[in-house]
Amino acid sequence: MSEQILRATILLFVAVGGSAVVLTRETAAQAMVVSFYGLLLSILFFVFQAPDVALSQLVVGALALPLMILLALARVKKQGQKQKRREQENT
Amino acid sequence: MLAYGAMPPVGFVQSKYGDMVNSLTVSERHITDAVTAVNFDVRGFDTLGEEFILFTSVLGVVVLMRRQKDEPAGDHEDQLPGRTIPKPSDAARVMSFALVAPTVLFGLYIVTHGQVSPGGGFQGGVILASAPLLLYLCARYSDLKRVLPDKLVDISEAIGAAGYIVIGGACVALGGVFLQNLLPLGKSGTVTGGGMVAFIDLGVGLEVSGGLCTALLIYLEELLEDKEQ
Repeated sequence: MSEQILRATILLFVAVGGSAVVLTRETAAQAMVVSFYGLLLSILFFVFQAPDVALSQLVVGALALPLMILLALARVKKQGQKQKRREQENT
Repeated sequence: MLAYGAMPPVGFVQSKYGDMVNSLTVSERHITDAVTAVNFDVRGFDTLGEEFILFTSVLGVVVLMRRQKDEPAGDHEDQLPGRTIPKPSDAARVMSFALVAPTVLFGLYIVTHGQVSPGGGFQGGVILASAPLLLYLCARYSDLKRVLPDKLVDISEAIGAAGYIVIGGACVALGGVFLQNLLPLGKSGTVTGGGMVAFIDLGVGLEVSGGLCTALLIYLEELLEDKEQ
């Protein structure tokens, strides 16, 4: 019985986490929320008795994915700043 | 909600293959982790394809981000005298520094104990690949490059990817089937259980960690280089 409660609880958390990821509008903040959502998913896999998947998901979803998002974001911002600076020099 | 209620209860096993795998892995293959047994022993050939998916995608990233002939190499931005990137906070740096060694140790543990407890080559390799990221968080990019030169990462990834095929080929050369387990199956529950799975695990761990470290280094290089466009 407590197993059912645990499973229902973690599924509810995952649903709330997913909505939170979608409803976060700022990209840098969204990367952090995606990382936490990856942690929630990892716990979900663990509760459903798949520890191998949980291990992989923990590193990929909570570490590598937000890292890629943040790196791409920083690169785009840097390019934007460079363009702005060049426009200011030209005018 | 209706669909959720109509589904069979969790843990409802319908497949005979699942039953067979669960009952036979310990007695026949001496491996206590059924997932690793299926991945590397019972269905080892599929894992070869999976490993090469990762290898090919890292190859794609390398090819996409290679230096064009007319792009000059610039200085890295965290070494310029102005230091345009803010330093990470002290708390982050201390935590990352404290966590690098345990992460490497834990990753090695997960790689080598794939046949005993949940884990295996893929999981351990990914954990190992996150250690350089922690190192970058507490130091500068030049320190990361000093610890993890490009050649080392390339060689480890190549050894891992080729090792799988070499092990399989060695089985064929010794008169068996491709990837047949020719080593004596050790005691189940220890690292020696499953014979050849330990070596395949090491190969896959090397390949996955090398591949992800390559991707990480490429992304960081792409970000931090002060290129003139």
